[in-house]
Formats: sequence, C-alpha cells, structure tokens
Amino acid sequence: MAAVDDLRFEEFGDAAASLAANPDTTTISIEDPGDTPKHQPGPPGGSGREEDDELLGNDDSDKTELLAGQKKSSPFWTFEYYQTFFDVDTYQVFDRIKGSLLPVPGKNFVRLYVRSNPDLYGPFWICATLVFAIAISGNLSNFLIHLGEKTYHYVPEFRKVSIAATVVYAYAWLVPLALWGFLMWRNSKVMNIVSYSFLEIVCVYGYSLFIYIPTAILWIIPQKAVRWILVMIALGVSGSVLAMTFWPAVREDNRRIALATIVTIVLLHMLLSVGCLTGPELTSMPTFLYFIHGMPTTVGCQAVPCPHPRSEPVNPGLPRSGTCELNCCSTGQPMKQFLSLYVEVSF
Amino acid sequence: MAEAAESPGDPGTASPRPLFAGLSDISISQDIPVEGEITIPMRSRIREFDSSTLNESVQNTIMRDLKAVGKKFMHVLYPRKSNTLLRDWDLWGPLILCVTLALMLQRGSVDSEKDGGPQFAEVFVIVWFGAVTITLNSKLLGGNISFFQSLCVLGYCILPLTVAMLVCRLVLLAEPGPINFMVRFFVVIVMFAWSIIASTAFLADSQPPNRKALAVYPVFLFYFVISWMILTFTP
Repeated sequence: MAAVDDLRFEEFGDAAASLAANPDTTTISIEDPGDTPKHQPGPPGGSGREEDDELLGNDDSDKTELLAGQKKSSPFWTFEYYQTFFDVDTYQVFDRIKGSLLPVPGKNFVRLYVRSNPDLYGPFWICATLVFAIAISGNLSNFLIHLGEKTYHYVPEFRKVSIAATVVYAYAWLVPLALWGFLMWRNSKVMNIVSYSFLEIVCVYGYSLFIYIPTAILWIIPQKAVRWILVMIALGVSGSVLAMTFWPAVREDNRRIALATIVTIVLLHMLLSVGCLTGPELTSMPTFLYFIHGMPTTVGCQAVPCPHPRSEPVNPGLPRSGTCELNCCSTGQPMKQFLSLYVEVSF
Repeated sequence: MAEAAESPGDPGTASPRPLFAGLSDISISQDIPVEGEITIPMRSRIREFDSSTLNESVQNTIMRDLKAVGKKFMHVLYPRKSNTLLRDWDLWGPLILCVTLALMLQRGSVDSEKDGGPQFAEVFVIVWFGAVTITLNSKLLGGNISFFQSLCVLGYCILPLTVAMLVCRLVLLAEPGPINFMVRFFVVIVMFAWSIIASTAFLADSQPPNRKALAVYPVFLFYFVISWMILTFTP
C-alpha cells in the first residue's frame, strides 16, 4: 500500500521555480509561439508577412503577374489545363461585362479587366445566349407581324438556331485567330510594346458581343427607325471597345497598316451585326437564308405577274421562306423574284 | 488494490479503509444462469441476397428500377435539400423524360420538312448535349460533382417541363385564342421556375461559393430554351 501523500495533488509551481529549487528536475514548458522571448525580428517579421498578405490581397496585378508564369503548367491533355481557362469568379465576369458595355477612352479592356487571366466562360456563354436571343427574337418578330392574320400558321423556325450558332461561333473564334496571326506577323516585323495572346483576343471579342444580346431582344420592336438606332448604338459601343483594345497593339506600326487594321476590325463587326439582325435585306440568294424578320411572304409572291405575255404562272407560289418560285409558262424557266421589289419589308 | 485517498472529512484517521472493501463480500450466486442464445437476425439472408437478383423474376427487376425512378420523380416534384438524386444516380429517368418530350414536340410529317419546329433528333440532341455542356462547365469551374450525377439531376429536373408539355397538349385541343395562349404561358412559366428551383436545390451546393451564379446561369438558359420550344409548339 502506497502512502497517501503520494496520491495527493501537488502544486509544482512554474518551471523556473522548480528548476531553481532542484536543478535536476525535468520540466516541460509549453509557450505561446506569439510571445516567444527570443531576440529575433519577430514583430518586424510578423508585420512583414502581413504586408505581403496585404500586397497580395489588394493588388491583383502583382499576384497575377507572379502566378502567370505558373498557371499553365499542366499538359494540354489533362483536365486541369482547361480548368485554368475557367478560373474566374462571378464578380470578375460581371466586371468584364460592365467594361465591355462602357468603353472608357484611354482604358484598355484587356489591361484593365482581363489582366492576364483570360477566361473562356464569358465568350462561350455570351455567344450561346446571343445565338438563342437572335433565334427567339426572330421568331417573335415574325409572329408579331402576323398577329392579326387568321390564315397565318406560325411555325417556329428551328433552322435559325443552327445558322445563328454557326455564324456567331465562327465569328467569335476565326476572326480572333486571323487577327492574332496578323498581329504576330506584324510583331515580327515591327517591335510592338503591347502584344496580346490568342486567348485574350478571344476574350475581348466574346465580351464585346454582349451588347448584341439586349439589341437582339429589343429588335422585336417593328419600327424601322428604332431598329437602326439600336444597331448604331450596339455597333458604336462594341466597335469602340475593340478599337481601343487593339489600337495600342498596332500604333507603333506603319500608320496606314495600323489604320487599316482597326478599320477592318470595325468593318467585320459591322458585317456581323448587320448580317445577324437585318437578314432579309441582304438575302437575295435563296440559299443564304438569315433570320427573317417580318416577311409577309404570302402577300408579295402572289402579286408577281409573269413578264411574258399570255402566260400565267404555273405555280402561284406556295411561298417558301424567302423566295417565290414561279415558273414562267413560255420559257419554263423558274423565276426567282426578289422580295424587296414586291414585298413591303415592314420594319 | 487501489487505496482510497484520504477523505477530506476526517483528516485525523490514521489507517483508512481500503477501497472496494465490501466487494469481497459479494459472491455470484449460484442460481443466476449465465447462458443463452445469441442470434444474428440477418445472418442467413445476406448470402441469399447476392444470388437472388439473378434468380428473381423480370418483373421484380423492372419494378425495383421503376420504383427508384419514381422515388426520384417525387424528389424533383417536392424539392428539398437531399442528396438522394446525387447518391444513387441513374439515367433511366432522364432518358424516359427526354424521349417523351421529344416525341411530343415533334411536328407531324405533313408539314414541310425544311422549316418548322424541332424534330425528334433536334430535341434529343439539345437536351443531351445541353446537359453535357452544363456538366462540363460546372466541373471546369471547380465543382465537385461527378459527371453522371450532374447529368442525372439535370435530366430529372426536366420532369416539370414534361408535365407542362402534356398540359399544353391538352389545352391545345381546345379552341385557339389569346386565353389559350395565356393559360399555356402561365403553365410553362410556373413549370420553368419549378425546374430551376429543383435543379438549383440539388446542384448549388456542389459549386464553390463565389461561382454559384456562373454555374447556375447555364442551367437557366437550358431550361429557358426547352420552355421556349414547349411554348411555341403548335400542332
């Protein structure tokens, strides 16, 4: 039986006191790492770390510059490689969209918003939304034009989606590819300070298409003046975003080439907007059907007279979407009448 | 044998009583039986279960899968935050729904084949490729949901829109007019909202918190396109 005293709780005091009393005793000291009494640059080191954190947290550009070299290190056949292109947060996407809607002269979209973190999320989903917006608004305006007619049978034209998708996605990928190739070629001739990577160009083009989404939705309004004002606004905004982005990349070059590049960019953009939104005025070729807004095809085709005397159209024209196919009796040749001549293109 | 510490009540006792002193007085009585049976209730059934799915009737197999599908339908119709859809995913439900929807959205073959509403293949392709694209998008954004789980959720959440299609078909049997259109519009809008809420309830938790909106927007676009196809359907 052990003595009772051995089992009693004893206060040992702190380590220093027991060491002082009996130098051979073993003591354990657990100290807070913060109040270590070492003579090291503890506080300066600590605040230095905080400063680093602040620097990294507040100033994105330094961090992204630092990380830019480490970003694309995965080989291209792994999933992580493609994840680096989707490394954006919600607020960043909103900021980029806002930047494409409000071009400020002197501020470069790429430098200000993209900042070596180009993403593919924006371009891809903006193009997808634009495709569906164009198709839906085309169908809707078609429907609204014929709202009162009893004989009109509304068919949702699904081919529009495929054509719209092809055009929009080809524009959003092939034009940046061509532009990037052109800029690389000029860079080899003339030393430019500013050069963009392919993904940054895709990013700029993708976000610049955002303005067309509300434009396409508002295109349902059948007034011609309203539509043209909308197109002008959209073209102005997105064209200026593109021009202000690419001007620094070409301005060291030969003056004429620089101007020609910018003009080409704006022209292509104008072609896309006009082609997408005002299809019927361009479609004189029956095989090249764009989005048919408000074409009262039934009325126009039946009014077409055969130019040859004493002949009547054999096939008074079950109108297909865009062409009236009449066969002239005397010659037997099909006559494809251009709709703009006979049909009130009511905008 | 442990010794009791000195009780504080009597500091003066010289020899304390040992602890558990009275234990030795207790003896196990001879007439308490210590015997019995231990049975494991599931012992024999586990081995039967493994081979029983091979030997069971076809009806059992089909009914089991149908019940699983039906249970998930109930989870979609009354969306709560549960992960039943995610845990036991299957693609039967999405397939049934997609085929039903595509069949109902098909126009008759009387109309011209060049223009018009979507064909069966178009609807099928839109649904499945749309679901695959959304899944890839959410995985690329850093979501931790597996590929087939996401396909399962997106496919099952088409159920409200299929119901809307059925209702629209019935409503279209009545005479056409603005009231007809308003009824269909209302039904489609309600079912569209239901689909979005159901799919968000299942999918939103798997996304990183600062990218939730980025992952949910494509789902919105997907169901919007399907709702548009349903709303503009005319027989």
